Amino acid sequence: MNNYTIDITPKKHLLDINFKEIWLYRDLLYMFIKRSIITVYKQTILGPIWFIVQPLMTTAMYVLVFGQIAKISTDGLPQVLFYLSGIVIWNYFSESFNQTAHTFTTNAQIFGKVYFPRLIIPLAEITSGLIKFFIQFSFFIIIYLYFIFSGNTIIQPNWTLALVPVYIVLMAGIGLAAGLIFSSLTTKYRDLNHLLTFGIQLLMYATPVIYPVSTIPEKYKIFIQANPLTPILEGFKYAFLGAGHFSWDALAYSGGFMVILLFFGIIIFHQTERNFIDTV
Amino acid sequence: MSQPIIKIENLSKLYRLGEVGTGTLSHDLNRWWKTKILRKEDPYSKIGTVNDRTQIAQKGEHVWALRDINLELQAGDVLGIIGKNGAGKSTLLKLLSQVTSPSTGRIRARGRMASLLEVGTGFHPEMTGRENIYMNGTIMGMRKAEITSKLDEIVDFSGVAKYLDTPVKRYSSGMTVRLGFAIAAHLEPEILVVDEVLAVGDAEFQKKAIGKMQDVSKSYGRTVLFVSHNMAAVKSLCKSGMVLINGSKGFEGNITEAIDFYQNNNALATNENNHWEFGNAAENDNIRVDSIKINPLNGTTLDISSGVQITIDFFNKIKDITEDLTFEIVSKDDVLVFHHGFVFAKDQNSKLGKHKITAIIPAHLLNANMYSMNLLFGQSQRYVLFKQDHICAFEIENIPMENNMSILPGVVRPAITYALECHG
Repeated sequence: MNNYTIDITPKKHLLDINFKEIWLYRDLLYMFIKRSIITVYKQTILGPIWFIVQPLMTTAMYVLVFGQIAKISTDGLPQVLFYLSGIVIWNYFSESFNQTAHTFTTNAQIFGKVYFPRLIIPLAEITSGLIKFFIQFSFFIIIYLYFIFSGNTIIQPNWTLALVPVYIVLMAGIGLAAGLIFSSLTTKYRDLNHLLTFGIQLLMYATPVIYPVSTIPEKYKIFIQANPLTPILEGFKYAFLGAGHFSWDALAYSGGFMVILLFFGIIIFHQTERNFIDTV
Repeated sequence: MSQPIIKIENLSKLYRLGEVGTGTLSHDLNRWWKTKILRKEDPYSKIGTVNDRTQIAQKGEHVWALRDINLELQAGDVLGIIGKNGAGKSTLLKLLSQVTSPSTGRIRARGRMASLLEVGTGFHPEMTGRENIYMNGTIMGMRKAEITSKLDEIVDFSGVAKYLDTPVKRYSSGMTVRLGFAIAAHLEPEILVVDEVLAVGDAEFQKKAIGKMQDVSKSYGRTVLFVSHNMAAVKSLCKSGMVLINGSKGFEGNITEAIDFYQNNNALATNENNHWEFGNAAENDNIRVDSIKINPLNGTTLDISSGVQITIDFFNKIKDITEDLTFEIVSKDDVLVFHHGFVFAKDQNSKLGKHKITAIIPAHLLNANMYSMNLLFGQSQRYVLFKQDHICAFEIENIPMENNMSILPGVVRPAITYALECHG
């Protein structure tokens, strides 16, 4: 009889990731999601409405600064819709990235005391982020429908609306992968935390959130298009608003990028989780 | 004998001392280069020494927190792990709980293993007691349905039924611990790893907790590994014991023997004729202790009425200072009996060379017990020139008091004179 169920050794194979174990801990995943949702609006008056206030205020500010003062083109689309759609999908990415990037540092206390598949935490973060995203997304839909029914003819929704779930998955996947890599590196090199906040901010300007790709001068276009987030932002806006550009190649590029980044992210994360408590 | 439920082979854990900060990237690259590319030994682990926290750490030094531990446990065994602070107990528990991974060696186990390094892990102050039961339970690996079926038992055991729907931040610390332990107690794992979590909570709860653990091991045949400084708790709960000394296994066996070993070891090894020659084992830049002899003042055996004569031969390396010799007598259970000194060189007239000092502890002072001695040399009764704890140890035999053959309790056993006036 040699049926040991637990085997702890110094080194594990790079690809030895126990996905079955994550499935066994699915109730924990649920509890973490519940925890992060509940605790946000305990002892607040507005509760989940706060999720809407943020994109609302940001859109108002963008309309004022980029739309009215800087007069950046929105391809003729209503500025409110253009900015709001960009902010809503971008927020989901930056939220996923930011939350998962702090996995090890914010949960060091728990990780130091008990074992469970660590990947549960970032998975819970992106899932609870998804709930927040849907609240903001519904808000966008309401504003969107208002424009449609008030007879705006520039807006042309089209069949690529069917790809919206794909865009959401891509955003979650890239945010998760980047967050996994970041969280693994920050356990040892704390400097990266300083980079994170303004890094995400800068990345937003390198992504067509507040401007359409069509306004970029030809010689810089290649840099913006090299950004794997560009096709997602463009595709999302194209689906709802009809302006901009859609191509399968660009989408495949983003998808490929996500798969590779996620692959490395999970490997690095998995290697870090085994000993991070000694270095944190 | 059947297959062990836990099998630990050559388990070691290397830790790095000092700050982990600047320079780590260059260290990492250097190590990666040496080990992965040149296939050499890790350049930083070579300086790794035995884990002795009393020595001052070198910068960047690595230390073996745990070294070559081998252990096999059968289902139903209850093992107590004892040792001084820093002996590696918590490291062993961390490895067992998979919080961190070993540097070498292997642990294999059968069945579900739950570790209680802390009670109430994952409790969120804003969530209610009920929500936290689910949170903590799932963190420990329980399924939701499983928790629901045991909810009543858990609440009952914890005794906080009234506060179940109140946020945990309104709980007293005792209530939080009760709730946390109640959840853990209903885990029903095959192997339970428990750290000194019972130190908190009131006496009634501690009793309840120990009772629950006994229950778990006796009636369900579960395996328990228990770490504690509380010898009484260890003794009442465990059948076997393991003593860790500086990261290595010092003793393994029956719990009573293990506790004795630990307490004697705390006092260092005794010596048959109470005569220690140190060579250069007890030497520093100021002092070299050559030998210590401990003899009865009267008679041939060290007992309560014999008195103790301690003779210390040493070589003094500093001249022209005011110098003293101080010694402490510590009992087996780590109680400091006294601290006493002798200024042997007054007015800065210390001399180089050999010295012999004899100290006499009067008869009828020390009770029958095992004692160890800490030896210090000081300058001007302020600066420590030399210090060695547990430098030697000796035992005082009992002398029965009247017809009572057993050893009387207490640290000292003075000769008391009584006077009776009876007007009957």
